[in-house]
Amino acid sequence: MSSRLSGAFRTRGGPLIVTCIVAGDPSFEESIRISRELIAAGADIIEIVMPFSDPVADGPIIQQAGSRALAAGMNTDLLFDLVREVRRETAIPLLIMTYANIVVRRGIPRFYRDAADAGADGVVVADVPLEEADPFCTAARMAGIDPILFVSQTTSPERMERILAKAGGFVYLVAALGVTGMRDDLSPQAIDLLRRVKQKTTLPVVPGFGISTPEHVRQYADAGADGVIVGSALIRMIGDRGTPMAEQGQGMGDLVRAMKRSAGRG
Amino acid sequence: MSRFGEYGGQFVPESLMYALDELDAAYRTIVPSEEFREEMGYYLSEYAGRPTPLTFCRNMSADLGCKVYLKREDLLHSGAHKLNNALGQALLTQFMGKRRIIAETGAGQHGVASAIAGAALGLSVEVYMGEEDMQRQALNVARMEMLGATVIPVHSGSRTLKDAINEALRDWVANVQDTHYLIGSVVGPHPFPSLVRDFQTVIGQEIREQVMAKEGRLPDVMVACVGGGSNAIGMFSPFLDDPVELFGAEAGGEGLAGRHGATLCGGTPGVLHGSYTYLIQDAFGQVLESHSISAGLDYPGVGPEHSFLCDEKRVTYQAVTDTEAVDSFLYLSRTEGIIPALESAHAVALARRIARDREKEDILIINLSGRGDKDVAQVAALIKEGP
Ligand SMILES: Cc1ncc(COP(=O)(O)O)c(C=O)c1O
Repeated sequence: MSSRLSGAFRTRGGPLIVTCIVAGDPSFEESIRISRELIAAGADIIEIVMPFSDPVADGPIIQQAGSRALAAGMNTDLLFDLVREVRRETAIPLLIMTYANIVVRRGIPRFYRDAADAGADGVVVADVPLEEADPFCTAARMAGIDPILFVSQTTSPERMERILAKAGGFVYLVAALGVTGMRDDLSPQAIDLLRRVKQKTTLPVVPGFGISTPEHVRQYADAGADGVIVGSALIRMIGDRGTPMAEQGQGMGDLVRAMKRSAGRG
Repeated sequence: MSRFGEYGGQFVPESLMYALDELDAAYRTIVPSEEFREEMGYYLSEYAGRPTPLTFCRNMSADLGCKVYLKREDLLHSGAHKLNNALGQALLTQFMGKRRIIAETGAGQHGVASAIAGAALGLSVEVYMGEEDMQRQALNVARMEMLGATVIPVHSGSRTLKDAINEALRDWVANVQDTHYLIGSVVGPHPFPSLVRDFQTVIGQEIREQVMAKEGRLPDVMVACVGGGSNAIGMFSPFLDDPVELFGAEAGGEGLAGRHGATLCGGTPGVLHGSYTYLIQDAFGQVLESHSISAGLDYPGVGPEHSFLCDEKRVTYQAVTDTEAVDSFLYLSRTEGIIPALESAHAVALARRIARDREKEDILIINLSGRGDKDVAQVAALIKEGP
């Protein structure tokens, strides 16, 4: 495991708050400023989402953020520049999340080398399941990047064992069936799945999808999650037309602080 | 076998693998079963009107200087080949014990076919359709609603077929347990490209019997249009090992230097909608908007088996522009009294190009994948505007 990721999971006293931003939303410079706000508010890990034109795993909030970023000129070269800039300012783990075609188009080994050179610790590819994972995992490990894989409520026990054997960094637990987006309630199946996965692996287990409120974080903390991934609830605050950027950043910082308190780490 | 050479695969979120595994099992066990084949046989012959004729075209043959036949999928119930696949997958849905179907549609032909199959088999049908396509194909929107289906407008992205597939996939991830995604072409993750091909192969099988009966030999050349590629692969499949020249007509739009939908002629390999296949994309892997006058060919991807057949040079793919397609739309209407779908008009245009170098005795078969009623208003407006 990357030393920054394993270090982060080792030294904690409650689930880590993994905060997501969409690279280049609303602009390259603002992404750097937003990262600073999140780090200042205590974000434990930042997941930088590289937008793709056809994000089938994402709901409207992240879709729209991605469209804004692409319209503002975001591309894969700039993604690595952004990771490099953020890395200059912090020692917390940085993840890249994207879709298969972004990686494939650059060349799978080259993508992971570039990610490592820029200072990323893990890469998550939303549409690469176990069946397609080999070239991605191999290139990741060669570059010293953790290949992060998913388990879902629809993953069979036999399949889960094969995924856990291949996964690195942590296990991304898909906490809601469907796409990313805000949810009111947290599903009992997700809590049940979390308990089952925890029994099967020594890797940290981190739910994501739909985690929107400090109360959700508290429930996952109680169930033993090693971290929680917060995406749409934060990304939603960006691009609220009419709200000054500083206030948007402030709102994101406040949510991270509240979630950290619920995680018992405030 | 989830790949055609290096193309195909299953690039989907983990939550969908459950549904794909379930579908793959159904594809391997239910589809070949006696019971399923009997039911399918009933629906195809009694209900849909198969076999469709293989029409010898006297006027076109005289004009083009070789023997020209049309495979008349335009005469299939619903007016296009899409019903072969829609009935097959709807029946499979019933056998799998699911009650809800979702589908995407571009031209609306697949949406109509899904609505028909759903009505016939008692399944609820929801169809995702890009906002722009809903305007271009208003007649088909009305038909779907008439048939009891719900049409859901898609506002994201380019608001055409590609985005309708994205929305259908998102719906499916959220509802995998009770819903079947009835995909309309030989695209998407495995097993869809194989499953849809198998349901469309009836086109090629009939052609084989019909041409043997009429001519006593196999054809020399066959031509089909390629959007996702289902009517083409259905026609080509039974002939892949025979000495028959195969041609696919892609949507050349404004020409390959401008906006187009000719994925194999002008694209590069990448991953879209669950498959590794040729795409129209930029240097960073962002998929670009395609363009075609025909909504059914307006797609920046193509079925993975076509990518394989293209690399292998087993099938020759050529681009046909919007202007050529409209010209052949009118040509077929006036020469033979058959109004083709704008999609199929691309195949007619490519056939006219190819026919130039043929001998008088050569047999050329065009897959007339659909009829043109849905396009009449659009073409009439174009003619009025003038060139
Ligand atoms: C009449 C007709 N032909 C062809 C197509 C293109 O699809 P495919 O390439 O899958 O046959 C369509 C799609 O809507 C269609 O309606």
